[in-house]
Amino acid sequence: MDSRRLKLRILKDRGFKVGIITLSFVSIVPLILILFYIMRNGVSSLSWEFFIELPRPVGEKGGGISNAIIGSLLLVIIAGLPSIPLGIAAGIFLSEHKNSRLSYWGRLSVDVLQGTPSIVIGIIAYIWLVVPMGRFSALSGGIALGIMMLPAIVKATEETLNLIPDSLKEAALALGVPHYRTVLRVILPASISGIMTGVLISVARIAGETAPLLFTGFGNAFMNWNVTKPVNALPLLIYNYATSPYPQWHKVAWGAACVLVAFVFTLNLVVRIVIRRWKVQF
Amino acid sequence: MESAVLKTVGLSAYYEDNQVVNKISLSILENKITAIMGPSGCGKSTLVRCFNRLHELVPGARVEGEVFLKEENVYDMDPITVRTRIGMVFQRPNPFPIMTVRDNVVAGYVLNGIKLSRSERDEIVEQSLKGAALWDEVKDYLHKRGTFLSGGQQQRLCIARALAVKPDLLLFDEPTSALDPKATAHIERLMTELKETVTPVLVTHNIGQAGRVSDFIAFLYLGELIEFGPKGQLLTTPKDKRTEEFLTGKFG
Repeated sequence: MDSRRLKLRILKDRGFKVGIITLSFVSIVPLILILFYIMRNGVSSLSWEFFIELPRPVGEKGGGISNAIIGSLLLVIIAGLPSIPLGIAAGIFLSEHKNSRLSYWGRLSVDVLQGTPSIVIGIIAYIWLVVPMGRFSALSGGIALGIMMLPAIVKATEETLNLIPDSLKEAALALGVPHYRTVLRVILPASISGIMTGVLISVARIAGETAPLLFTGFGNAFMNWNVTKPVNALPLLIYNYATSPYPQWHKVAWGAACVLVAFVFTLNLVVRIVIRRWKVQF
Repeated sequence: MESAVLKTVGLSAYYEDNQVVNKISLSILENKITAIMGPSGCGKSTLVRCFNRLHELVPGARVEGEVFLKEENVYDMDPITVRTRIGMVFQRPNPFPIMTVRDNVVAGYVLNGIKLSRSERDEIVEQSLKGAALWDEVKDYLHKRGTFLSGGQQQRLCIARALAVKPDLLLFDEPTSALDPKATAHIERLMTELKETVTPVLVTHNIGQAGRVSDFIAFLYLGELIEFGPKGQLLTTPKDKRTEEFLTGKFG
């Protein structure tokens, strides 16, 4: 090959490299800007009282968002209790029965559910729970969020289980271990890091969901531990306070946004640690 | 006349409509090493996987004919019982990655929900690891994960795991194909020592290995049992032309 063409190819190679580096920087700019903006506006409202006190009426100084923090935790727990075991069970089924007709339809419905707008899931929870119960409740909000987190858990479980080599399964079966014990005692423990990752990421996702809570969890200015009563949540509080006309409430909303982002960020860090610590080598 | 531990009568195996084992009848004698030898894809792995009923777990797989384990028809028994009496060691070492060396050895008990006292467990662990010639190397590392061992050690750990449940028969499905020559020699020596306590069946495509290790050789080609006999006779004076061609490297 003559040297002119070789030079041209080296030049193209460099150009490509510079190109992808620039573009990847550009793609993280929005994230950095958002974080920077939230920090700048929110950090000043953070204090110890902000975490442990209830919101105060307009005009009164101080106050916190403890009810929203507790509410969000409550909602995440209610969402996770049915959805994590159900999602893992469905994921096991899809991975163990790859070609059955039921798993074809199961996989399809998981995809459809994943694409369903969150507001629609909120309406469903409203019709199923709020209407029969006669009031907004943490329960209905939690169920709505639970439905939202289900597809991510199913997919994470199925995909992780598919990565487990068949040789491991055969090792157990050849020892005379029944199929269900093989799945529960050998395959599931070996895939724990992937499943945990799916669960944590789906928790991080629903923690920031507002739309399904608008007519289920509804919001509450007071502290509430009762799952059959309306409950506040961080994204709801942000939504309500940010759309209010009071600058003081805007500041609280920024602070709450800060807390929410920090929570999601922490969950993602935990995911990294889980992957590193619990990763199983074959 | 020595007694046969395992006997097949007209055994055929299929994947969907594809027949991979064709009406094989053979006997495996107690405390002798029988090698199932043949070129790749001749159905030798599938044949032994019919013995412990692993073959039927593949979707679309089917078995015809009979397999007797000490006069009992394997296909009338519960597959779980069959598999505790016929152990298996696979091509690639597959210790349980989440378990320690000790737990790997007693996995056949623990995973089946059989409770062992501490002394029983320690005795089984020591006996099995000694049986697999691994005890001296790992006795100080019993609490470490099995996957930290070298490939050859992992394979011997898998042998110990299979020995722990005291099977009648131990199937070795090309146990050295993922190992280096030194580890291979170790495993081969081990197999000849093991035949006093358990009857090994060795699947191999390696003529040298079959010659070094076995007492009897079954030569399989395209799913058929071409020839079966004592190794000396089969390797030096094969009756069938195909056996001779395989042995002289005309194919394989």
